Amino acid sequence: MPNLDAAFSALADPTRRAILARLALGEATVMEIAAPFEMTQPAVSRHLKVLEGAGLIARRIEGTKRPCRLDTEAIEEIDRWLGMLRQALAQNYDRLDGVLAGIEPRKRKGKR
Amino acid sequence: MSKMTLRTEGDRFVVVTRRFAAPPKAVYRAQTEPKLIQKWLLGPDGWRMRVCICEARPGGRLHYEWENNKGGSFSITGEFIELVPFSRIVHVERMHLPETTPDNHVETRFDADGAGSLLTLRMTLPDAKARAAMLSTNLEHGMEASYVRLETLNTGGEQS
Repeated sequence: MPNLDAAFSALADPTRRAILARLALGEATVMEIAAPFEMTQPAVSRHLKVLEGAGLIARRIEGTKRPCRLDTEAIEEIDRWLGMLRQALAQNYDRLDGVLAGIEPRKRKGKR
Repeated sequence: MSKMTLRTEGDRFVVVTRRFAAPPKAVYRAQTEPKLIQKWLLGPDGWRMRVCICEARPGGRLHYEWENNKGGSFSITGEFIELVPFSRIVHVERMHLPETTPDNHVETRFDADGAGSLLTLRMTLPDAKARAAMLSTNLEHGMEASYVRLETLNTGGEQS
C-alpha cells in the first residue's frame, strides 16, 4: 500500500504537482519534463525521486533513458480517500436537507 | 445530483461547498441549535447523539457525544471563536477517541444563493498519517460515515 504521508508531502510542492500534470498527458523523459521549467535536470531528477519514493510515479529503463509515468495505483488511493470524504459529507448533508425542509419559521423567537 | 463539491486547497486545507434550498438563516440554525443538530449530525446508521451542547456564542463551548448499539462511543469538544449570525462561524474542536486529538480550526460560511444558500466549509487538512487512519477506519465501518467522520479526520491532523 502506497505511503499516503509521503504522497501528500510530495504533492505539497507546486513543481511536483506540475510534473504530475505533465505526466498525466503521458510518459515523459527527464529532459521532456524539465523543458518547461527553469530548472536543471538534476533538480528535476530530485523532484522525480521524491515522487517516485512517494509511489506517485513509476520509471522504467529504456536504453540510457528512464521515462516516467504516473503510478495510477497511488493516485487512485488518494482519490479514494477524498471520495470517502465526499460520500460521508454528502450523506449527512442529504439528511440536513430533510431537516431544513422541516424547520418552521415560527420557531424563531422574535429575533429578526 | 452534484450539489456538493470537495476539493483540497494546497496541501493544507479541504474546502467543501454544498447548496441548500433553504436560506442561510435556516442552514445556520441547523448547525447551531442542538435540537436540529441532533437530527442530522449523526454519522452512520445506528449512531445516536447522546450529548449535544452547542453554546453558539464567542467563547461558548460545544460538546457532542455519540454512541451506537454496540457499546461504541466518541466525542468532540470545542469552543466557538467567532460567530456572525447566519453568515459565518469559526470554531476550534478536538476529538476524543478516547485519546484527544490536536485542536483544529474550522471555518463555516453561509452565503445566500438565489432563494437558497451556499454552505462553505474550510478545514485544515489533517496530516497523512491521520488521513490514512481515517481511511482504514472508514473502510472498516463500510464507509457509511458522515460529517462526524470528517471531524475525526479533521481533528486527527497533527498527530506526529
